[in-house]
Amino acid sequence: MAVKLDSSSRVSMSNRDRANKWSANKPFKYLCAACCALVLALMVGLFVKLIANSTLSMRKLGLGFLTSAEWDPVMGKFGALSSIYGTLVSTAIALIIAVPMSIVIALFLVELAPKRLSSFFGTSIELLAAIPSIIYGMWGLFIFGPFMAEYIEPFLHRYFGFLPIFQGTPMPVGMLTAGVILALMVLPFTSSVMRDVLLMVPPVLKESAYGLGATTWEVTKDVSIRYGIRGIVGAVFLGLGRAIGETMAVTFVIGNEHKISASLFAPANSIASTLANEFTEADTSLYLSALVELGLILFLITAIFQAVAQTWLRYVVRGGRP
Amino acid sequence: MKAKLARAFIILIAFATVLTAIGCGRQPVRPPSERKGVVINGAGATFPYPIYAKWANRYYELTGVRINYQSIGSGGGVQQIKAGTVDFGASDAPLTAKELDQFGLIQFPMVMGGVVPVVNIKGIKAGDLRLSPETLAGIYLGKITKWNDPALKRDNPGLSLPAKSITVVHRADGSGTTWIFTNYLDKISKEWHTRVGFGKAVNWPVGIGGKGNEGVSAYVQRVDGAIGYVEYAYALQNRMSHAKLKNKSGNYVDPSAASFQAAAAGADWKNAPGYYVVLTDQPGKDSWPITGASYIIIHKKQNNLTKAKAMLGFFDWSYRHGGEMAKALNYVPMPKSVVDLVEMRWKQELKANGKAIWP
Repeated sequence: MAVKLDSSSRVSMSNRDRANKWSANKPFKYLCAACCALVLALMVGLFVKLIANSTLSMRKLGLGFLTSAEWDPVMGKFGALSSIYGTLVSTAIALIIAVPMSIVIALFLVELAPKRLSSFFGTSIELLAAIPSIIYGMWGLFIFGPFMAEYIEPFLHRYFGFLPIFQGTPMPVGMLTAGVILALMVLPFTSSVMRDVLLMVPPVLKESAYGLGATTWEVTKDVSIRYGIRGIVGAVFLGLGRAIGETMAVTFVIGNEHKISASLFAPANSIASTLANEFTEADTSLYLSALVELGLILFLITAIFQAVAQTWLRYVVRGGRP
Repeated sequence: MKAKLARAFIILIAFATVLTAIGCGRQPVRPPSERKGVVINGAGATFPYPIYAKWANRYYELTGVRINYQSIGSGGGVQQIKAGTVDFGASDAPLTAKELDQFGLIQFPMVMGGVVPVVNIKGIKAGDLRLSPETLAGIYLGKITKWNDPALKRDNPGLSLPAKSITVVHRADGSGTTWIFTNYLDKISKEWHTRVGFGKAVNWPVGIGGKGNEGVSAYVQRVDGAIGYVEYAYALQNRMSHAKLKNKSGNYVDPSAASFQAAAAGADWKNAPGYYVVLTDQPGKDSWPITGASYIIIHKKQNNLTKAKAMLGFFDWSYRHGGEMAKALNYVPMPKSVVDLVEMRWKQELKANGKAIWP
């Protein structure tokens, strides 16, 4: 529906444009370009500023900043490794939980649920996305964290304790709790985007597949998901973007320790949580500069993920679709 | 850096405008009523925020002088006063005399309070647990890991302690509370001094970090076997179980306004350059060992006489009439001898256009 409307209006616009030379098109085009340029300028400005303000720590700490996990403001020793590790691992946990779940949710809403139920659930998922992250953080700290320590973590420890990641004492705050909270925060975004993607699959494609005798499972797997793969991957990266930079909720539940532990129960930290905790009281210039460099690293990590996503998408679209 | 300069520039312009408006500040002493409408901006420590806010509110009702205090943290307060973007900064950690001179600043203690170790052990009530300095340091160094450790048993004969693991909780954000707490550990433990040191944020040997007093207290209240440290007022409001501490004179004391005051009584404010006095581990049989003062930092050279007078007027009023309000919020007001000393210093050192501001 939406696609049709769009194309017809574009056609009428261009006809009118051809009819009389003068139109609002030119100024509008420049306006759009200016807005785009503003975004670019902001990004470049931010990047330049991050580099400029972190030169002190780059000069003093060098590459050691990336390979050391020691963080000692008193002695002026700073290492980003534990923060980088925490950011990547907590995001990975979040996506491992959230992506399969949101695909399933989206499929249920689009393919299986009765229409009325589907719209009700769809709205409630979108409402979830509107909850501010501090609420997730407080809820995680007061209710969900203790629940994890009392039930989930002992369970994992008992049955999967042979894995190093599930060893150690269960704790209400730590990497696993942070990852799960992040998953819950990411879920509404990814699943509502995936739902929209699956809704855009042309009914005629699905109907013809059914006509050929395909089962619901086969239609879902080979038609819907295949058709929407681009959007689904896009949704995953939207979730990744949200998880990787999430600050408040993570700060409350990750435990805030500058350490790398094999166990997911142990307290850890992320780049965003370190910044949230330490920026206000960073009292030496090297300290402040090290924190800015952490911000720069987060910026670069996001950029790398973005680039990888784009490349992969191009590959998938070219090679994946029948 | 540039942002700071820009901010300083804007403030400068604002100052200049105000100065021109009132005739370059060469005005006769104005009675308090004429200060009505003056706005003073301050920023810094979160620890004294409740009492500063209360004083400011009452002072506004009395005089019409508005004090805006933003509790952005001690570090932020120090940076902002150095950059000149606020009229006064506030910090729980005093600046050294050298740093003060470098930026032409003066600091003075405004109010005092204490930091209290809080525990959550099933069956142990507030004040039941006693901790000697060695034991507290041992716990925070990660050497004492069980509540039934011999060291704890030695401190607490007759108290049955469980064989539970100790979960150490500390502040994750940089904070004046941490500065005071680690300063104490630094003084009483050689190993802490060499391994960790003290500061608003340190490299903690063990434990989990909570954001703010509320983060620490949430962890302590939810983990059985946890120990943490919070500001006294916070421990009281949340009915947390504090531990008794052994002070320098060898007595186990409870935290209270009286024991904070006892710790402050012996302090030699007079001979401390820049009032760099740290009230941890003070002598005296009733002294609470982890006591600290919160400081106000202002520029020695003020640009605006009216504003400077209004600001000092507020501090003076708070010193002399704000004591009861402070006590009601579990802070300890500065003793009169210290107030007189501070105001003497104002008289000698604070100038606006070469003229003394106070009184």
